Amino acid sequence: MMGMILEIKNLHASVDKKEILNGIDLKINAGEIHAIMGPNGSGKSTLAHVLAGREGYDVTEGQVIYQGRDLLAMPPEERAREGVFLAFQYPVEIAGVSNMYFLRAALNAVRKHHGLDEFDAMDFLKLVRDKMKMLHMDETLMNRPVNEGFSGGEKKRNEIFQMAVLEPKLAILDETDSGLDIDALRTVSDGINRLRGPDRAIILVTHYQRLLDFVVPDFVHVLSEGRIVKSGGRGLALELEEKGYAWLEESAAPVKSGVSVR
Amino acid sequence: MATNQETVESLVNREYKWGFVTDIEADSVPAGLNEDVIRLISAKKNEPEFMLEWRLSAYRHWEKLEKTSAEPKWANIHYPPIDYQSIVYYSAPRTKDNPKSLDEVDPELLKTYEKLGIPLREQELLSGVAVDAVFDSVSVATTFRDKLAELGIIFCSFSEAVREHPELVRKYLGSVVPYTDNFFAALNAAVFTDGSFVYVPKGVRCPMELSTYFRINAQNTGQFERTLIIADDESYVSYLEGCTAPKRDENQLHAAVVELIAHDNATIKYSTVQNWYPGDKEGKGGIYNFVTKRGKCLGKNSKISWTQVETGSAITWKYPSCILMGDNSVGEFYSVALTNNYQQADTGTKMIHIGKNTRSTIVSKGISAGRGQNTYRGMVKISKNARGARNYSQCDSLLLGDKCGAHTFPYLEVKNSTAQVEHEATTSKIGEDQIFYFRQRGLSSEDAVSMIVNGFCKQVFRELPMEFAVEAQKLLGVSLEGSVG
Repeated sequence: MMGMILEIKNLHASVDKKEILNGIDLKINAGEIHAIMGPNGSGKSTLAHVLAGREGYDVTEGQVIYQGRDLLAMPPEERAREGVFLAFQYPVEIAGVSNMYFLRAALNAVRKHHGLDEFDAMDFLKLVRDKMKMLHMDETLMNRPVNEGFSGGEKKRNEIFQMAVLEPKLAILDETDSGLDIDALRTVSDGINRLRGPDRAIILVTHYQRLLDFVVPDFVHVLSEGRIVKSGGRGLALELEEKGYAWLEESAAPVKSGVSVR
Repeated sequence: MATNQETVESLVNREYKWGFVTDIEADSVPAGLNEDVIRLISAKKNEPEFMLEWRLSAYRHWEKLEKTSAEPKWANIHYPPIDYQSIVYYSAPRTKDNPKSLDEVDPELLKTYEKLGIPLREQELLSGVAVDAVFDSVSVATTFRDKLAELGIIFCSFSEAVREHPELVRKYLGSVVPYTDNFFAALNAAVFTDGSFVYVPKGVRCPMELSTYFRINAQNTGQFERTLIIADDESYVSYLEGCTAPKRDENQLHAAVVELIAHDNATIKYSTVQNWYPGDKEGKGGIYNFVTKRGKCLGKNSKISWTQVETGSAITWKYPSCILMGDNSVGEFYSVALTNNYQQADTGTKMIHIGKNTRSTIVSKGISAGRGQNTYRGMVKISKNARGARNYSQCDSLLLGDKCGAHTFPYLEVKNSTAQVEHEATTSKIGEDQIFYFRQRGLSSEDAVSMIVNGFCKQVFRELPMEFAVEAQKLLGVSLEGSVG
């Protein structure tokens, strides 16, 4: 039997007093890939950020258990060191800090947390060379400041490259497919598929089912107005593509009057 | 969001760890300034007549300036009026005259330097850095003298130079910064008590970094040191300067003058890590660092390069400059200035192009945190005859939080149409989204800020000698600690 990695129980979260997540329940086991789909404003990205610990979101109710621990009680850096990885939808640029140096510092922070030796620059380069090749990250990209002047596709590849190096237990990919052309989508999907494994769980947050042609999920959940309104297998994504989100939204829980949902 | 503010604020607040006081007997003159005090200082130092005359002329000039309230007011800094009559203008550790070796130096003093991380003895034996240490107003020990002397290099305290090399002092003193230059330069010329003197003879490449360590210890004293460095034809010297002071509730004045002279094909590299006591979190106490530093590229193909890392002082007012007289001479200015809490800095440079094909580079990195105010003020002047002169200036500001300020005042004065002058400036802010990105990858907020700040300063740190670069990086970390958390 595979162990449970993440359990979300009745999660409510709000931003500036506006409720965005409206009671999410979700169980994720090691080895599984879950796709979370839904229309714009349904709370997909909020869920990703709440799991990663971004400030500015108030969890008003509910619980998140990560590998037996209370995830919400951990500061973001501790979540990361414990294996929670968020691939950002809009990775931020950091002037003056080289991509390579940044990633080595990140990997060493994780290793230190687990009592492992830190990598020096040479060992690190050896370690990441294959992964660079896999994601078509050339060395000029590695020596440039983090994400600075990267194209949209390069930024997304860089996120997946970081994931490949950090080897998280739980990877949350927030609209990693958005803005990618078909070749880049293929490269990124290859990267994700290689990381698929029995000890790891992946959450794919996506608006379109296109990514799911390349990374086939075990489960698909549809989010609407802050709650999961339907769960199913791979077929659900195809059905959504055909019918759109509208037919599901009708079945979503009614929103309390006077509360607007983004 | 709400927490972001705390994040950025809390990274800037660590204690100043150099704030101890050494219990040592001092030989001081009473507070206040008049001709008698100047005569007394000069007498205590056994100075030749020409020095006393120079001091007195400077004093008379300063007195005029003071009466007409000519203290400079144009800088973007604010402080209550200074009472120049309440300052002690001479304070020296009471010790044997002119220690011949470190064994004769007061052990309390040596302990102080050890606490500061510069064990003179060890430095002498191991590191190959020659150190001149100035404690309050007097130079206490100069290491490595003999080895340098073999090469004809003179590295000694200013007082000694006045006594033993009066012809050199007479020739060059005030030749770059005359006492009429400005209010604080005049004050310094009148009352300066010590400092360092370097002369590198023709064709000699100084084999080690020369270093001076300044320390203000006694209460209510001002420190007025004067440094004079002369690099003769085809010579090279790299000089380092570091400074600290005890924590005091009152403000203390530090008004130094540094003059550099580079002859034909000579290079002078001058690096400063300034860490005077910055005052407490509420802005109480701290050093007023009002300093005039200037180099003259007198000879053809000469080069003067200033690198400064300014993290201390309540107020910094300082513009290390280059007068590029020799044809093909080169001036450089690399600066990191950090202001935190209530610190203010108005700093930059002047590049005065006079010779043909003279070149200058200015790279200024200002970091503001807390309620710190950071101003870059620079002038690039291309005179009529400076054919083919070139300048490149880059001024970058980094803001942490929303209560601090960054200001840039670049002045350009170009009188020759063949000149090329470039200026680039950026202002950026460490954002909450950047810090979150680091944290999501397992790095703490402190790591995030320190990596971003160090990345921001990299271009300047590269110019520092190795040991100094490491120290500077640590210092920035310390100065910013608590501003994010």
